[in-house]
Amino acid sequence: MNILVCIKRVPMVGAQITLSQDSQEIDTHLIGFTVSPHEECAVEEAVRIVESCGGTVTVLTLGPPEAIEQLRDAAAIGAGRLVHLETDGREWGPIATAGAIVETVRRDESENGPYELVMFGNEAADTGDYQVAIRVAHLLGRPCATGLKHLDISEAVMRGRREFRGGDELFELSLPAVVSVKEGINLPRYPSLPGRMRAKKAAVEQTVPEWREDPVKKQTLRVPVAERRRAEIIGTGVGAVPTLVDLLEQLGVLS
Amino acid sequence: MAGNRHSGENNRMIQSLKRASAVIVGAGIVGNSLGYHLARLGWRDLVLVDKGPMPNPGGSTGHASNFIFPVDYSKMMTDLTADSTAQYKELGVFTESGGIEVARTQARCEELRRRASAAKAWGFTHELLSPLEVAKLVPYLDPDAILAGLYFPGVGVVDSLRAGTIMRERAQQVDALQVLAGTEVTGIDLSAGDGRVRSVQTTAGKIETEICVICCGVWAPRLARMAGAIIPLTPVVHQMISVGPIPLFADTVGEIAYPIVRDMDTNMYERQHGGDMEVGSYAHRPIVISPGEIPSIEQSVLSPTELPFTKDDFDPQLEDALELMPNLLGDEKVGIRYAINGLISMTPDGFPVLGETPEVRGLWSVAASWIKEGPGIGRAVAEWMSGKAPEIDIHEADVARFHEHQRTRHHVAARAREGFNKMYGIVHPFEQWESERPTRLSPIYAHERDLGAVFFETAGWERPFWYESNEPLLARYGERVMPRPSEWDSRWWSPIINAEHLAMRDSCGVVDLSAFVVIDITGPGALATLQRLAVSQVNVPVGKVVYTSLLDERGGFKADLTIMRLAERQFRVVTGAATGMADKKWFRDHLPEDDSAELTDLTSSWTTLGLWGPRARDVLAACSDDDFSDAGFPFATCRSIELGGLRALASRISYVGELGWELYVPFEEGARAFARLWKAGHSHDLVPVGIGVYATTGRLEKAYRAFGNELTSEYDIVEAGLARPSVKKEAFIGKDAYLAQRGAEPVSRLCTLTVDDHRSLDGTPRFMLGGEPVTTRQGERLVDSKGRPSYVTSAGSGPSVGKHIPLAYLPVEHANPGARLAVEYFSESYPVTVATVGSTPLFDPANERVRA
Repeated sequence: MNILVCIKRVPMVGAQITLSQDSQEIDTHLIGFTVSPHEECAVEEAVRIVESCGGTVTVLTLGPPEAIEQLRDAAAIGAGRLVHLETDGREWGPIATAGAIVETVRRDESENGPYELVMFGNEAADTGDYQVAIRVAHLLGRPCATGLKHLDISEAVMRGRREFRGGDELFELSLPAVVSVKEGINLPRYPSLPGRMRAKKAAVEQTVPEWREDPVKKQTLRVPVAERRRAEIIGTGVGAVPTLVDLLEQLGVLS
Repeated sequence: MAGNRHSGENNRMIQSLKRASAVIVGAGIVGNSLGYHLARLGWRDLVLVDKGPMPNPGGSTGHASNFIFPVDYSKMMTDLTADSTAQYKELGVFTESGGIEVARTQARCEELRRRASAAKAWGFTHELLSPLEVAKLVPYLDPDAILAGLYFPGVGVVDSLRAGTIMRERAQQVDALQVLAGTEVTGIDLSAGDGRVRSVQTTAGKIETEICVICCGVWAPRLARMAGAIIPLTPVVHQMISVGPIPLFADTVGEIAYPIVRDMDTNMYERQHGGDMEVGSYAHRPIVISPGEIPSIEQSVLSPTELPFTKDDFDPQLEDALELMPNLLGDEKVGIRYAINGLISMTPDGFPVLGETPEVRGLWSVAASWIKEGPGIGRAVAEWMSGKAPEIDIHEADVARFHEHQRTRHHVAARAREGFNKMYGIVHPFEQWESERPTRLSPIYAHERDLGAVFFETAGWERPFWYESNEPLLARYGERVMPRPSEWDSRWWSPIINAEHLAMRDSCGVVDLSAFVVIDITGPGALATLQRLAVSQVNVPVGKVVYTSLLDERGGFKADLTIMRLAERQFRVVTGAATGMADKKWFRDHLPEDDSAELTDLTSSWTTLGLWGPRARDVLAACSDDDFSDAGFPFATCRSIELGGLRALASRISYVGELGWELYVPFEEGARAFARLWKAGHSHDLVPVGIGVYATTGRLEKAYRAFGNELTSEYDIVEAGLARPSVKKEAFIGKDAYLAQRGAEPVSRLCTLTVDDHRSLDGTPRFMLGGEPVTTRQGERLVDSKGRPSYVTSAGSGPSVGKHIPLAYLPVEHANPGARLAVEYFSESYPVTVATVGSTPLFDPANERVRA
C-alpha cells in the first residue's frame, strides 16, 4: 500500500498572533512552525496503515526551503519518502497548490505505480481553505471523502466515518481514493530519538514547481480584538466553596 | 459577582500599596527568596510584583531542570550553592538523588581528578568511579562509552516553584509582604534632586518606595533601563528535551530514583524526571537573544522563556545522548514529549549581578542566578540591603564591578556567546577570553608587542604577562626558572616569567601598570571621607603614600589599595582594575551629603610605569636631575619629578619587594616616558617585566596579599597578618569589629608554605596553581574552629628562594613554622611545610631592599 500524505508548514499558534507591518503575514520571528493537528493525524494514520499492511508512506509538502523541517518531523515518526515542492516563500493558493500536487502524483505514479491513498488534513491551519483535497481528487478523477475520524482498509476498499451534526456518516470508497482526516482520528506518537536521527539523514526529493497565479488572492490579514482574559480569584479557603460549587454547576461538571 | 468581589479587593490592594519599603520585581526563585529573607531580617511593607500568575509566572525558574551539583571552582558559587541547598532542605523540597560527572576523554579524566580536589577543598563527599561502578549506579548507562566518573552522593533535585511559594507565604504570614501577581511594572521614577528611586509604576497603580529590587532574570536589563541603569546580562537559549515514557521509570517512586548524569565532554546532562528522562544541552550553537525580543505572556505558546525548540541545533546532541544511554533512549516506543529553547541569563564573566546599581541609588539588581544559588543569593543580598556585609563574600558578583565597555550590549552578547559552550568545559584558571580583544590599550602597547609581549586581559586591558624577547634570560638562569613539565601547569604560563623575576631582582625591571584604576578624592571633605573608610591613618603630610585596607561593617575586607596625599585637599586612590569599579562605588556612596568632597575617575588620564630593582635609582638618575636618594626620596612618599622633558608623579612603593617607583604620567606621554626609561635603562640591564612577576612571583616571595585571594570578607585583618601596631583614633567603617578582632585570639592565620616534593605518582613534577585543599600529611582536611576550610589562596613560583609558594589560612594549631602539611592537587598529595606565619616574607624578611 502506497500512501501519499500532503502537509503544510504553518506558524505555531496558541498564543496571541502578531502581524507583519503590512498585515500580509503572521509575524513569526519568535514563534515556531508546525503542521496542522489534522495533518499530524494524517501522517500518523498513514504510518499505522503501512505498519499493518506494508507499503510506503510518502510525505509531500509545497513550501519554502524551511518546510523540509516539517517533512523530517513526519519522517521521524515513520514516513519513508520525503518530497519537497520548493517555493520562493510566496503563498500558493488552493487551485495552484492542487495543480502542483497533481502533477507530482502523476509523475510519481508513472514511475512507481499508483498511490492507493492520497491523504490530507481536513484544512490547513493558517489559510483554512478546505479545498486542496477536493481539488486534487477532482483533477485525478478519484473518489473523495473529507473530515474523516475513522479509517479502515481492506483489499481495494476503504471505509471511513465522519461525525456530522451529532451523527455519524459512513462511507465506502474504492481505491485509489483521496481523503482528508480530522484531529481525533488517532493520537499521534511522539518522535523517538532513533526516529529523529533517521529523519535527519533521510533524503529529500526536491523539485521546483513553476509559480502560478491563483485567482483566489489574499487581501489582508486582521486579528480580531479579543477580550483579554483574566484569572479571577473567587475567594480563598472554605469561604470560596459555595461560589466554586455554583461555578462547577454552571459548567455542568457536577451532575 | 465573583468579578465584582475581585475588583473590590484589587482596589483595596492598590489603596494599601501606596508605600512600600521595597518593591521586588519578579517572583522567581530569587524574588521569593529575597522577600523571605528581608522579612526575616525585620523588613515590613514589602511588595512583590510579577506580571505573570503565581506560582509559575513564566520566567526561567518555571522551566529549570532544578538539579544541584555542589562543587564549583569558585568558592563564592560553591558557598552560595551550599547555603541554597541547606535552605531547600529546610523547606522540605530537596530530593537527594546523587549525581555523576562522567568522562569520555583522558583530558576529562584528569579534570575529574582536579574537580575531586576542589570537592575536597570545599568539603563535599565524592568518589572517583570506574565505568563499571558508574553503570552499577546508573544501569542504563553504557560503561563502554565512558572512561571514568566522579560521584557526588549529595547531588539532588529541588522543587523550585514550591520553594518560592513557601518562602513567599512565610513572608506573607508575618505580614511583611504583599504579592501582586498579574501586575506589570511600567516605569521606575527617580527623584529629581538626588536621582534616587522614588516610586515604581505598575499596572495596578503607583507604589512609593525608595528601593526597587530587580529579580526578574532575563528581563532584568529591560527593567533597569526604565530607571536609566544597566544590568549587563543577556538571555541565551539552553535547549532541553523530555523523553518518555521510560519503562524502567514506571515503577520508581517520586520524581527521581537514579543519579543525575552530567556528560561533561558533550556539554550535556541526563536526569530522570518522573517517568521521563530530561536531556539538556549546552553544546549547541550559542543562541543569544536580545532582552527586547522576549515575547510577552500573551505572545507565548508555552511561556515567555520557553521559546520554540529549534531541532536542527539539538540533533547532534541526540547522537551523543544515544551513545551514552543506548537502550533507554534508543527505545523506539519512547518519544520526545517536550522540547524547548529555554531562556537563561548569562553575564560577561559567568557570575551573577548583585547589589545596588552604580548609576541609581535604591535600584538593586539580583539577577543571573541559577536555581542552585537562588536562596543563598536571596539571603546574601537581603543582608546587604539591611546594611550588613553579606556572610558569604559576594564581591565577585557585584553589579558595580563592570567597566563601561563591559556594560555594552555588544560585549555582553559576545562574551555570552563565547562562554556558553564552556559551561561544562575544562577551563584553566588562567584561561583567556578570545572575543572583544583588544579593547583597552596602554600607550606602550605597540612597543610591548614588538618585544613579544604575551598579553592577558584584565578588565579589557591588554597587559603583558611576559615578554618573549626575554627568552635569552632562560639560559642565564638555567634551572632557577623552575620549569614546569606538565602541560596543565605550564598552560598560560612561561618560565620566562621567572627569568624576568630574577633579572629584576638582579638589576631592574619596568612594568606597565596602565590598568590601575586612579581615583581622585578632592575638596574640603576629602580627608574626612577617606578617614571614614580607611583602616590606616590618612591624615598624613602631603607627599605621603598610605597603603590601607578598607573594611566592611563586619570587619571583613572590602578593598585593599594605596592613597597618595597630593595636597591638603587632594587624595589619589590607586586600586586594581578588577575591583576598581566596585571600589569606586564604595567611595562614591560614602561621599559627604553636603558635596564637600568630589570623586573623579582619572584612570584614562594617567598611565603608570613601575620601575623596580636594585638599579632602579640609577635608571631614574640617568634621565632626571631630581634627588632619588633614600634620604631625598624616602619609602612611602610621592612627589612630582622631571623625567627628561616630561613631568611625572613618582611614588616610592613596591608590590614586588624592591627599591623603586611607580611613575604616573599623562596617558598621551606614556610612550615617551617608557622610551626614556628604556634608553636610560640600557646600561643598567633594565628588562621589561610582565604582570606574571608583578601579580604572582614578586608578591608571593614577599607574602604580599591580593584582594579577592587572601583578602576576602570572610577573614579579618588580624588573621591576614595586616594589623598595625596601633589603631587610629578616628572612626572608620568596621572599626568596632576590628577592635574586637584585635582583642581576640585569631583562629586562623595566613601562612606562607613551600612545597617539599613536586613529584607526582608518575614522577612528573607538578605545580599547584591555587584553590587546592590543604591537608595533614595523612590527607585530612584542615578546618578551623569557625568551620572555614584551609585552601591555597594563591600559588606560584618563588624563583629567588627556589621554592614553589602556596599561601593559605591555617588553623592556629597548624600555623607554626616548620609544620608539615600537604596540598592535594589533581587528587594527589604533595608535602608542604609552613615557612612563615603572618606577613613575614620568605624573601628579604627584613625588608631592606624596598628601603635601600
